[in-house]
Amino acid sequence: MNTMLNLYTRRRIVNAVGLSVSVLAMLFGLFWLCWILLTLLDHGLPALTPVVFAQMTPPPGNSGGLLNAIAGSVMMTVVGTLIGTPIGILAGTYLAEFGQRGWMAPLTRFINDVLLSAPSIVIGLFVYEMYVVRVRHFSGWAGAFALSILVIPVVIRTTENMLRLVPSTLREAAAALGAPQWKVINFVTLRAARAGIITGVMLAVARISGETAPLLFTALNNQFWSSNMSQPMANLPVVIFQFAMSPYDDWQKLAWAGALLITLSVLTLNILARVLFRQNATTH
Amino acid sequence: MFTHETRLKRQAIFDLLFRSLTRVCAFGVLALLAAIIISLLVGSMPAIHAFGFGFLASSDWDPVNGRFGGLVPIIGTLVTSGIALLIAIPVSFGIAIFLTELSPRVLRRPLGIAIELLAGIPSIIYGMWGLFEFAPLFADHVEPWLNRHVGTLPYIGPLFSGPPMGIGLLTAGIILAIMVIPFIASVMRDVFDVVPTLLKESAYGLGATTWEVMWQVVLPYTKVGVAGGIMLGLGRALGETMAVTFVIGNAHDLSKSLLMPGNSISSALANEFNEAVGDLYTSSLIELGLILFFITFVVLSIARYMLYKLGQREGQAA
Repeated sequence: MNTMLNLYTRRRIVNAVGLSVSVLAMLFGLFWLCWILLTLLDHGLPALTPVVFAQMTPPPGNSGGLLNAIAGSVMMTVVGTLIGTPIGILAGTYLAEFGQRGWMAPLTRFINDVLLSAPSIVIGLFVYEMYVVRVRHFSGWAGAFALSILVIPVVIRTTENMLRLVPSTLREAAAALGAPQWKVINFVTLRAARAGIITGVMLAVARISGETAPLLFTALNNQFWSSNMSQPMANLPVVIFQFAMSPYDDWQKLAWAGALLITLSVLTLNILARVLFRQNATTH
Repeated sequence: MFTHETRLKRQAIFDLLFRSLTRVCAFGVLALLAAIIISLLVGSMPAIHAFGFGFLASSDWDPVNGRFGGLVPIIGTLVTSGIALLIAIPVSFGIAIFLTELSPRVLRRPLGIAIELLAGIPSIIYGMWGLFEFAPLFADHVEPWLNRHVGTLPYIGPLFSGPPMGIGLLTAGIILAIMVIPFIASVMRDVFDVVPTLLKESAYGLGATTWEVMWQVVLPYTKVGVAGGIMLGLGRALGETMAVTFVIGNAHDLSKSLLMPGNSISSALANEFNEAVGDLYTSSLIELGLILFFITFVVLSIARYMLYKLGQREGQAA
């Protein structure tokens, strides 16, 4: 009887300890999130003045803004997304709609999932080898290509997942009305999966807008205003990297301002994507 | 009648065109992988010719005399990722238990999103925060303590003794851990959610505690998926660049202590690639990139294979 009671108490203690530890683990995770966000706000808010949006990146030791870097980042992100999204959607469509038979679709799916988390710096090296070496200079195009390679796997994954959620009865109904397959897919299934696919694209944009590593060897940086994509191009992540590592006070301040900007936009996109998709899920 | 037939024929051609277009795009993914491997191989040929397999075992890094070896950054990558996993696995497990079993229903979604936001923060932000906020505190408060209390222990002592600089392999490992926790935790949460409620309720019905249900029912049922999630986190940690570059110290030295600055493959690339002069230097760096790609490819393949296996079993059970 006594041993039974002991065993019971011990199990309860183990349970209580285990569960408390898991609560602590949760707090541990939230602690870092709060610390990082507070640091960003603490350093970034005072540095985030209107000048940041109005002036170019300054020479060492001077004050200035981040206008050219912001513009460059936006341009490369937009071009990268525009290149990557259609390819991703089409490939995802193949995997979901045509990929039932054969070895190619499973293999592609597998490789795509691996590329999804492949190190982005290697993608930068790849574009450097394939493009920058050929044209012999860094350029905004090279940066956009590198970013588009990061967009593709994300869009493929979400497109396929979202198309699989579309009920087959919808496809069959359209086919029974005599619609050819390309019309069924383009006007029925893809349209039904639209919200989910847009979510995927938003997540992809969120991912690439903070990427630094693939831009180091492709777009490099540019201290001046440039809207020419064939020239080296300023972009926020690389400017932040360069300015944060510098000994100049003004540069470091700008780096914090840029860091706050990037984080806010990335997190906003992330949250928006989730809210959008949730609404869609509840209306269905 | 005639026009109807041509219209049908035209639709069949459109079908074929559309199908081929999607197939070309899907095939592009395979071609992309092949192109990445080939271009890295071609780029690293000069280094492979010059150093052969010795590259993997040599700790030389001497741009002046043109002698290069990948041992220091390779070890740095493996050690920092190892530290990251040691910290991240238990924490992620705790977070996943909390989110699936303990959390009040109302908080479940917001807390899940909060943890996923941790994954959304760009890695350069982790780097800046690590360098300017975390490293100084770590140097002032944690490293002296490690020196005094852990550094004097036998066997593991040398790992934790050294000047408290704040930057180094240990700092990089800890920051990597924070970065991969959300990845591992969210995979664990997702696989824990596939455990049939019937199984869990049966265990509860026999009188099991929550902790026992987790360890003896949920974990054995999902072990393949959990291992897959861990490998996925490892793949992330191995390839992580910017956060590590800020805090690892970028020293091509092999040191016994985790408190000393080191180097990782990705940070060596980020720091030196644009400044590398000469074919051999550049191609040695590209060979490092190839090695990194190879390691992460293997790790991520294993991860995906494990997650697929869990998915298949789930399909059979349903």
